[in-house]
Amino acid sequence: MISEAAKQLFIQIVGRENYDDSKAGRLVYSYDATPQFQAIPEAVMAPRNTKEVSEIVKVCAEYRIPIVPRGSGTNLCAGTCPIEGGIVLLFKHMNRILEIDEDNLTATVQPGVITLDLIKSVEEKGLFYPPDPSSMKISTIGGNINENSGGLRGLKYGVTRDYVLGLEAVLANGDVIRTGGKLAKDVAGYDLTRLLVGSEGTLGIITEATLKLVPMPEAKKTMLALYQDLEAAARSVSKIIASKIIPATLEFLDQPTLRVVEDYAQIGLPTDVKAVLLIEQDGAREVVEREMRQIERICKEEQAVSVQLARSDQEADALRTARRSALSALARLRPTTILEDATVPRSEIAKMVTAINEIAEKYRVMICTFGHAGDGNLHPTCPTDARDDEEMERVEAAFAEIFAKAIELGGTITGEHGVGAMKAPYLEWKLGKEGVEVMQAIKRALDPYNIMNPGKVFAKSTRKRVVVTK
Amino acid sequence: MTSSKEQKAIQDQFRERMNEDELMNCMRCGFCLPSCPTYIESGSQELHSPRGRIAIMKAVVDGLIEPDEDVERTLNMCLGCRACEPVCPSGVRYGHLLEEARDIIQQNKKHSWPVRVLRKLVFKELFPYPNRVRVATASLGFYQRSGLQTFLQRTRLSHVLPAHLREMEKVLPSAPTLKKMKKRPKHLPAQGEAKRRVAFFSGCLMDTLFIETNDATMKLLQLAGCEIVIPSLQTCCGALHGHSGEKEQAKWLAKRNIEAFEQCQADAVITNAGGCGAFLMEYDHLLKDDPDWVDRAKAFVEKIRDISAILIELGFQHKGLKLPPQIVTYQDSCHLRNVMRTSSAPRQLLQSIAGVEFREMRESDRCCGSAGIYNIVEPEMAMQILDHKMVYAEQTGATTIVTANPGCLLQMKLGIERKGLGEKVRAVHIVEVLFEAVKESGLFEESKDG
Ligand SMILES: Cc1cc2nc3c(=O)[nH]c(=O)nc-3n(C[C@H](O)[C@H](O)[C@H](O)COP(=O)(O)OP(=O)(O)OC[C@H]3O[C@@H](n4cnc5c(N)ncnc54)[C@H](O)[C@@H]3O)c2cc1C
Ligand code: SF4
Ligand code: SF4
Repeated sequence: MISEAAKQLFIQIVGRENYDDSKAGRLVYSYDATPQFQAIPEAVMAPRNTKEVSEIVKVCAEYRIPIVPRGSGTNLCAGTCPIEGGIVLLFKHMNRILEIDEDNLTATVQPGVITLDLIKSVEEKGLFYPPDPSSMKISTIGGNINENSGGLRGLKYGVTRDYVLGLEAVLANGDVIRTGGKLAKDVAGYDLTRLLVGSEGTLGIITEATLKLVPMPEAKKTMLALYQDLEAAARSVSKIIASKIIPATLEFLDQPTLRVVEDYAQIGLPTDVKAVLLIEQDGAREVVEREMRQIERICKEEQAVSVQLARSDQEADALRTARRSALSALARLRPTTILEDATVPRSEIAKMVTAINEIAEKYRVMICTFGHAGDGNLHPTCPTDARDDEEMERVEAAFAEIFAKAIELGGTITGEHGVGAMKAPYLEWKLGKEGVEVMQAIKRALDPYNIMNPGKVFAKSTRKRVVVTK
Repeated sequence: MTSSKEQKAIQDQFRERMNEDELMNCMRCGFCLPSCPTYIESGSQELHSPRGRIAIMKAVVDGLIEPDEDVERTLNMCLGCRACEPVCPSGVRYGHLLEEARDIIQQNKKHSWPVRVLRKLVFKELFPYPNRVRVATASLGFYQRSGLQTFLQRTRLSHVLPAHLREMEKVLPSAPTLKKMKKRPKHLPAQGEAKRRVAFFSGCLMDTLFIETNDATMKLLQLAGCEIVIPSLQTCCGALHGHSGEKEQAKWLAKRNIEAFEQCQADAVITNAGGCGAFLMEYDHLLKDDPDWVDRAKAFVEKIRDISAILIELGFQHKGLKLPPQIVTYQDSCHLRNVMRTSSAPRQLLQSIAGVEFREMRESDRCCGSAGIYNIVEPEMAMQILDHKMVYAEQTGATTIVTANPGCLLQMKLGIERKGLGEKVRAVHIVEVLFEAVKESGLFEESKDG
């Protein structure tokens, strides 16, 4: 409960118009894109600057009120679901691009900036910000940093972490720290920037970020390779990488995913094949041409039934946009859509794809698979119905087995969607007891009252359940 | 105020009538947020976003929240523009959810008596009867022509009206006489060989206040090779009713229209108002629970076509049209774009006219804020959206702003007025521009004037 005294303090800090504790106003921040998680916060606040954030945190520390920082709420791990109540902190006023520094190739932004807006702004200056999660038209940089999000370009360019040079953050006692900066090299002390990236709002609140930019590649080509055999597609992926080519994008979509995506996008995707790979390369013109020819050859050797090059930028763009809609498009199949984020070493992709299909069959559930195949990061997705308990138990069992398989193949439980509340029970599985203890020690040191996004990352118990939460 | 008893009734009805599968179909990805005008204009408030509204509706069904004032408020703030639908990969039919929710709230709400009387008058006594709409329009004409309008405006007596209504009044076209409105054609031959037999949906506003546009529409159709039937038993499309929570009345109107058009055995039913066309196009959904009507509705729906779409089908873009040089831009009608999914045909037609330099306006696909009667009931948000739009309109340098729906047309006129661009810029219905071009190109034979 937020006491009247705390409420008055909050209102003094952010102003009446930026404090909302109406029922409807709170309800719309009770969820994110994770199915089956919902909890209503006690109040919602939208600070206008770092100072206000710091003052809010001080009040929260004094009154032990949990704080859930929230970008656009598109995360898939119940990371912004206020499961322990408290306040939701919004960054809608802190949404400016502060500087694009063309000399140092950096951009300095506030956390509420929409990813796509940043990408477009730097591209206008001939620069390039590679991390492009599929949700980029609505996701925020604050969210991207805290989930360490990846995207279609991750294979060659890495993930958000690789582009964060410096941060300004408000810690759990209200202190404001600055880490890193525009420097290309900096080894003064522990790397707190890296610690904060991917911390899911559990260590501090990011109020500003300095991001690395790179020059815009000269040329880019996009191609679609079609397969009648899932494993052949997966083998092509491993083989392309093994032949020392790193494409910018190497995405995998199976037939059921293709069908729903085409249903939505209507751009003439092939729906009569078992799988496609969406492959892109960028860089110097000659290199792009040469490597795309090599990739084409490999795909054909691995029984691709056809390999098609996008004829125009618009066509290439349509293909990418279609791929980005995959998850939401799958949601049209059944009332509930459960997606996973298992990641294996690239060489094991074919084995993982086969295992997923066998597991789906074993538990009689539908699993559609798509994902960043080049990164070994797959998104097996199960269209189901949360109202059917019996089916949900089977879904649960299937995903538990998929996780076990991923770890057996040397993989991890989440490649890019984070732990949040959803995968907290699984963390120990991946890290071991000692690993979790180190992280908990850091958490306790920085947030002794456990007010920063409590209930996320660390589970109360390690009962391994991902799907059925009741 | 909604009493707690009313809230209880609303909640029960939500549970009974809201389509739960459709509510669950929203996976909360947020992909629709950047397309929602009220989300953008409210400064990114989830409460005024499609995802937020769906969550609210679901929460009422789940009993997580009572349908209180704030709930009603967010549903009222929605423009119903449905820009959230084409961008939703999950295919959530938001418009249907909204309509059902609004209907439930309206039906269970006790309005104060003036509102009750007004609603009954407008929805039950006026719009279902074409004759009465004509008389009402004629009285407007009397008001305008008698000098009463000028008198009221000069003496500032019209200032008793709220500011936005006063502005609105200024941009209304001059109403035709009752005699003119009563003398409507029932059948028109094609000019030259008849390629199609089409039926024309004339609409209430279009066949009164915008009668010239309707006449021009029919001439364009004739010229394109259409034989036209205009069933005299047709009535209001019911959109106004459907969007304002008078669903039963809308169904009754739908049935009358289906009957009227079944009799003309036409290949297509043509509309020239995106708002009406979109509503006609969803009669099958409106009547989905009525087994006697659903198939008839489906057959009817398949025939609905916007004027620009049929003109493109019949090759009107190759007519060699011309106009004096001018810069033209196009403001989408939301329902034409998002429900009828017609957006390239009007642009293609405009671009086909020699002398027209077509310039796309930024965010031309975003609602202008007119949204049925939204600009009357939610003036603040409507004017904010409009003023935003006019900045982009001005940036194009266009002297002609083209629209495809009477509400949008009035709203654009209002925008021009508010920006003080009246001298330089005009707003017209697409049919008007095409008809000007037809005349300019010498294609129009006066003798066929119906
Ligand atoms: C359809 C769809 C496709 C997706 N595709 C991808 C993809 O390709 N790759 C990928 O990696 N992810 C993807 N995601 C997941 C999600 O979009 C990303 O995790 C994204 O970065 C979240 O951004 P957001 O602004 O919505 O953050 P939110 O969901 O609001 O928040 C995410 C986390 O960041 C914390 N947070 C937010 N702002 C701050 C701040 N200023 N300070 C401290 N903590 C903060 C929150 O507490 C939360 O823990 C997808 C999601 C959807 C729905
Ligand atoms: S309505 Fe569609 S686009 Fe919007 S949040 Fe729901 S599923 Fe996503
Ligand atoms: S109908 Fe328009 S205003 Fe309403 S939620 Fe959808 S996009 Fe927003």
